[in-house]
Amino acid sequence: MNRIQTKLKEDKKLLSIYFSAGYPSVNDTVEIIQELESNGVDMIEIGLPFSDPLADGPTIQESSTQALKNGMTSELLFQQLQSIRASVSIPLIIMGYFNPILQYGVEAFCKACQEVGIDGLIIPDLPVDVYDENYKHLFKKYGIINVFLITPQTSQERIRYIDSISEGFIYMVSSASVTGSSSGFQTEQTDYFKRVANMELQAPQIVGFGISNQETFKQATQHTKGAIIGSAFIKHLSANGIKNIDTFVNTILH
Amino acid sequence: MSYNVNSKGYYGDFGGAYIPEMLYPNVEELRQNYLKVMTEPSFINAFNALLKDYVGRPSPLYFAKRLSEKYNTKIYLKREDLNHTGAHKINNTIGQILMAQRLGKKRIIAETGAGQHGVATATVCALMGLECIVYMGAVDIERQAPNVARMKMLGATVIPANSGSKTLKDATNEAIRDWINNPVNTYYIIGSVVGPHPYPDMVARFQAVVSEEMQWQLQEKEGRKDPDYVIACVGGGSNAAGAFYHYLDTPKVKLIAAEAAGLGVHSGESAATSILGKEGIIHGSKTLLMQTPDGQITEPYSISAGLDYPGVGPMHANLYKTKRAEFIAITDDQAMEAGLELSMLEGIIPAIESSHALAVFKQKTFKTDDVIVLSLSGRGDKDLDTYSKHFKL
Ligand SMILES: Cc1ncc(COP(=O)(O)O)c(C=O)c1O
Repeated sequence: MNRIQTKLKEDKKLLSIYFSAGYPSVNDTVEIIQELESNGVDMIEIGLPFSDPLADGPTIQESSTQALKNGMTSELLFQQLQSIRASVSIPLIIMGYFNPILQYGVEAFCKACQEVGIDGLIIPDLPVDVYDENYKHLFKKYGIINVFLITPQTSQERIRYIDSISEGFIYMVSSASVTGSSSGFQTEQTDYFKRVANMELQAPQIVGFGISNQETFKQATQHTKGAIIGSAFIKHLSANGIKNIDTFVNTILH
Repeated sequence: MSYNVNSKGYYGDFGGAYIPEMLYPNVEELRQNYLKVMTEPSFINAFNALLKDYVGRPSPLYFAKRLSEKYNTKIYLKREDLNHTGAHKINNTIGQILMAQRLGKKRIIAETGAGQHGVATATVCALMGLECIVYMGAVDIERQAPNVARMKMLGATVIPANSGSKTLKDATNEAIRDWINNPVNTYYIIGSVVGPHPYPDMVARFQAVVSEEMQWQLQEKEGRKDPDYVIACVGGGSNAAGAFYHYLDTPKVKLIAAEAAGLGVHSGESAATSILGKEGIIHGSKTLLMQTPDGQITEPYSISAGLDYPGVGPMHANLYKTKRAEFIAITDDQAMEAGLELSMLEGIIPAIESSHALAVFKQKTFKTDDVIVLSLSGRGDKDLDTYSKHFKL
């Protein structure tokens, strides 16, 4: 069983943290991952920086741009992660846009993921149907789970389809927005979380976008399996560097 | 084999809709409706009536006598520069604003490079009384100031894009982000044959009026509807798509695309996508784009804001790969000279984008009896400052 699947079976609400690889400094990647795990984070999304991150707001755009300036590449990320599994056992997911993965070669990318111990991928601009038709066999061959997004606008029928090909969790985008833009959840969002929960999907849902503190984490996970924090953690990194990651995680969890 | 789009939204290997799930409902709504809407008689009538009475179509097909004598061949100029707002861009925005209305959208967003598409969008929004937001790179806001003023006068809100190279690519990113943030009430009027399917096909169909007119105009003037060559500049590729459209599957009509080589194709300051590009994904489309080996999109350069784009529409990527069209790279200097030459020989000041197409005559020799139609995509009013500085006028 893939580490993501094992983790999803745990009887608790999961906290997942996103950050851009190579930010604030190019060699911070491994230390950030270790710190997050040792402070009780359940899962990590390692952002593969891209020059044109269409689905991201200013915070992640800036960290992504800075990471590229720092010299981060797909090749370098895999080098940095070479021996990550000697020290880290929680699920690790790479979140990146499709073009850098396409240039690396989709099969080569999946293979490199397997070699270093990456469990899953989130590729926002790789449409579900294109994956299903052209790339699914490669992900399966290397044991990589592909995670799909749904939004408040996704139809019931499409959610069912996405659920049917999801082997890990479904990434529930909390509202119609790019990353980092909303603060707090309205009834509109909680209704949407409930609506999807009532569909009794086989794949658990983890909420992302707009979760920034303990309050929004609790709201988001009331009807779901877990939540993902991205922009708020990146803001913490840009203010504090890689110090005090424990404080950040503690304010969410305790 | 057809050079047109297939039922899945691909031109050969290029095209498709590589969009985040957040955009899926919008793009899918458009995909399911665009052909149905575009073929409704009431839509066709409304579109044609506006093109005639508001845009001023048909645009003349003008025999450029002195230019022809200079290059010892037969050159016709398709005068898109005479359209209302001064470029071919309005053909597309008229079509798309009618589409937005049919889909019940109230808020219009657009990206713009040279500002021509922004002005054309602001114009049709004023005409229809719809809210208009235009994203424009901060660099372009500076070099196309007259168009920024026009958009504002037409009631549009112009929002600067400050990320990346601060040009067309970044303005497009911002427009797409806006659309993600406003998925229900907003319609995105894309300005060229780029973006996810169905945009490239829809925009090409709205621009196809250009070659439709060329066929009967040439019949009147030359007794044949097919020229030997069609020449157009390519940024995203919409004026070229319009000028090529009805000739795509007529192989005896040779197609020439002029690309912006900036300071030189291999100078590092260029936007010659066909030569420098590799297959990849930009703005939701699989196409040729300029990128690093790691798949990061590189920042292009051209003196012409309308050609300053690191990708090209999927139709053109396929025309390049299949060699259906010949791509010729034109530097800043070559384009500027050609613009000055047309002004002096014919009394027509072209947009710098169009000057790239005109510069083909110095790169390639044509036969005396060749009949050539060149898409004069826009007028040079917006570029006077750049021309003046370049030639120290
Ligand atoms: C006059 C003119 N020609 C050409 C272009 C390039 O666009 P496309 O390649 O879509 O025709 C522009 C873009 O702004 C333009 O303003």
